[in-house]
Amino acid sequence: MELIGNLLLQGVQMFLVLVLAPGLTGLVRKAKARLTRRRGASVLQPYRDLWRLMQKEVILADNASWLFRVSPYMIVAATWVAASLVPTFAIGLEFSWTADFIAIVALLGSARFFLALAGMDVGTSFGGIGSSREMMIGAFAEPAMLLVVFTVSLVAGSTQLSNVVAFMQSDAVGVRVSLAMALVALVIVALAENARIPVDNPATHLELTMVHEAMVLEYSGRHLAMIELAASLKLLLYVALIGAIFLPFGIGPAGTGFAGLAAGLVFFLVKLVGGGLLLAVLETSVAKMRVFRVAEFLGAALMLGLLGTLLLFVSRSL
Amino acid sequence: MIGAGLTIVGLLLVLSLAAAVLPNGPKSPVVVYGASTALCSVLATIGFAVLAASADPVGLILPIGLPWLGAHFRIDGLSAFFLLLLGIGGAAASLYAIGYGRHEHEPHRTLPFYPGFLGAMAVVILSDDAFTFLLSWEVMSLLSWALVLTHHRAEDTRQAGYLYLVMAGFGTMVLLLAFGLMAGSGGSYDFAAIRETGRNEMLAAAVLMLMLLGAGSKAGLMPMHVWLPVAHPAAPSHVSALMSGVMTKVAIYGFVRVVFDLLGPLPWWASPVVIVAGALTAVIGILFAINDGDGKRVLAWSTIENVGIIFAGLGLAVAFRANAMPGLAALAMTAALIHAMNHMLFKSLLFMVAGAVLNATGRRDLDALGGLIHRMPVTAALALVGVTAISALPPLNGFVSEWLMFQSVLQSPQLAQPGLQFLVPAAGGVLALTAALAATAFVRFFGVIFLGRARSDPAAAASEVDRWSLGAMAGLAALCILAGVLPGLLIDFVGPAVEIASGDRLVSQTSNAWFTLVPLPQIDSSYSGFLVMAFVAIVGGGAAWTVHRIASRGVRRGPAWDCGFPNADPITQYGAGSFAQPIRRSFGPVVAARETVFMPPPGDPSAARHAASTTDLAWRHLYTPLIALVGALATRANSLQFLTIRRYLSLVFGTLILLLVGLATWN
Repeated sequence: MELIGNLLLQGVQMFLVLVLAPGLTGLVRKAKARLTRRRGASVLQPYRDLWRLMQKEVILADNASWLFRVSPYMIVAATWVAASLVPTFAIGLEFSWTADFIAIVALLGSARFFLALAGMDVGTSFGGIGSSREMMIGAFAEPAMLLVVFTVSLVAGSTQLSNVVAFMQSDAVGVRVSLAMALVALVIVALAENARIPVDNPATHLELTMVHEAMVLEYSGRHLAMIELAASLKLLLYVALIGAIFLPFGIGPAGTGFAGLAAGLVFFLVKLVGGGLLLAVLETSVAKMRVFRVAEFLGAALMLGLLGTLLLFVSRSL
Repeated sequence: MIGAGLTIVGLLLVLSLAAAVLPNGPKSPVVVYGASTALCSVLATIGFAVLAASADPVGLILPIGLPWLGAHFRIDGLSAFFLLLLGIGGAAASLYAIGYGRHEHEPHRTLPFYPGFLGAMAVVILSDDAFTFLLSWEVMSLLSWALVLTHHRAEDTRQAGYLYLVMAGFGTMVLLLAFGLMAGSGGSYDFAAIRETGRNEMLAAAVLMLMLLGAGSKAGLMPMHVWLPVAHPAAPSHVSALMSGVMTKVAIYGFVRVVFDLLGPLPWWASPVVIVAGALTAVIGILFAINDGDGKRVLAWSTIENVGIIFAGLGLAVAFRANAMPGLAALAMTAALIHAMNHMLFKSLLFMVAGAVLNATGRRDLDALGGLIHRMPVTAALALVGVTAISALPPLNGFVSEWLMFQSVLQSPQLAQPGLQFLVPAAGGVLALTAALAATAFVRFFGVIFLGRARSDPAAAASEVDRWSLGAMAGLAALCILAGVLPGLLIDFVGPAVEIASGDRLVSQTSNAWFTLVPLPQIDSSYSGFLVMAFVAIVGGGAAWTVHRIASRGVRRGPAWDCGFPNADPITQYGAGSFAQPIRRSFGPVVAARETVFMPPPGDPSAARHAASTTDLAWRHLYTPLIALVGALATRANSLQFLTIRRYLSLVFGTLILLLVGLATWN
């Protein structure tokens, strides 16, 4: 009985991230539209887009191989599994020990790997430019992310996210410089990984500066729907991750009752809305940078992550 | 067991001699490679059996070699693990060669050396005295040198062979010094006696540095790596697979055997050298891999990268052991040894893929390939497994060793020395950067070779390779998946080897639920490759099924969209050079990247040109001055050839006086 309950809870988590992800994307788009004095589409528009795309037939380029057709499902699967392993409303779920923080980063790396390969499959110059730049961004963002992992897990004593969150909820944390640095680094990485301004522009098309959109240019129909869904899931993952590590309020401890879970859910929704609005404000207030300045931007994240880690060796309390 | 192992070695050597007298017909390669496959499989079985039974070390002394020493052999957990590695790698390469060897124009340039090379590597692993070790090490070097020179008519190959010979000679000389230091004056040369000899920390550290130079030059550690990216690709592809996959591991075996087993306690300050050398080798190696335009050289550079990762792990093990933390040393050692096994699996696989592509198209330069996923679908699928594994992506095996490495990096706060406490996380950051760059390098490798459209006529007309080659590649790909999904088995297996090298071993992993890894139970960090694989498969398959079921399943083929301006010329695709451009720009100084743009003046209708080049800084700052110095000294010494008899006699007299004075002051 307990096992069934635990499995159910894990299932709820998986379902929850999937259902909320397009909504978060819609919320960010709506908020950005309002901030630029447009009315904007409904928050529910991404759901409608996904449904419409899924029902359309796929137009495959003549040269597309099986890899091109398999990749969208691989990408959505890797991203979804990674998102389901991030604590949202409760910790200590049945399968939370399947993959630790490092493995979650690497799962996102797998998704990026297959997306970049798919970008090169048709053999167009746009696909190649997108793949090449995406891998360059990844080459900086992934180590920066891993250094954030190092900092956080050196503070918490484990790379298991459930343990990290449990530690962050305790009184032992206090205010630490290294965690602040990790937070800034993680935000920079999140912007880059989700192809947001100032690294990339999710709303652009037909521009030489685009990265993510260039890679997926040849996708259509249900394949495009899967890619869009994966992008939404990734955004939700990062917002949930930042919320879980740095604002762990309300996340239900392992084995908590129904009231705790409900409270956790409400807190989670509040965090998502807050995160989405902050992202919209940030995106409307800065300009996109030139692609070769991205290396410096992400290099800053890398250095912050390293500094955060090294500070912990100067003093365990920093 | 040791008897059986030596019998196999003997048979391999006999096979080598037999291959020299076999008629030069189409049957000989099949016989030689078939027999090598069988013998290597037996070697792997012996290693497997010793590890599975956790058998006690068995020694054997043969009355050959030096009359007062004999030849000592011994098999224990450590040598059994590397024997298993050698057996698997050798069997796969030989099986592949049954098919691949048919395309060789001059098989008799390869056949007599190939089984002997395998046998010599096995002797290095099984030897138990310094003389046998060094002799077989030298035989291994020379036979692989002969194999590198298979296509000796190409000028590049001859230069590569010369460079390899010089570096191998240097390596053996340094190893000779190391063993001399270990044996001490009047010491014995068998390993048991070396193990018993007490020595102070300074001497131990000196031996460590010499081993780093000697074994490192064979493994490809910077800055002794210069021969590797030219020599490994020059050999036929199955030999490249052996050299990159197995021979570098034999060098690592030599390092582990001497430094962790024979040498005794090491001072902690010896470890930063190993860690820094490993981490720098890793990141610089992969940067060159990203910038190289030749498929096999990309793989060779990536071998240098992986050797760097392994040495970083070994350096961590030295640090933990010097701080009397055998449990953590075991973690780092497990990570290093498992990475050695994993690298053998995926690097052999990828060299075979490069060989298959070379056979099918006749081209090695990436910019002549493209679109092979359509022409060679099975090779492409197997290559995809290889590149995913080598990029350290879950759920395949490369990620497991990467993960273990990061777990041991995260234990560095327990080290007592502040210097190490700072160094180790920084090295961890460099390793993280390396992993991300490896993904870039292999997206480029796979993408330019297999995806897109064919960039040349041979690539457009390529066809799938033979079944022997495909079988060998499929076997290695299956092992990559298996080692990624069931890493606990491999960790338990490597236990006896780790115990010899670090004095402790990880807790048994096979009893954990769902094949989860929990290397340090008190830390409670876990990863289950099996569940990740299962979840991704179920979720991905479920998503595909649901979408096809409830939404749409229609497919229409059409021309590529490409923003409305598709260009029919395949040259407009992103190629190897353009894919590397962002990384080349970002890391330019490390690889001394230069881009030159030639613009014709206005009115001149000739084409504009762009060229990008990278330079190995080790050549520029170390080898070129060194070669110049040797040349200058040789020119000076040249005048000694033309002296009169009086001067010669006075030179001899002067030398005699000098030696006598030296002897007098010595006493």
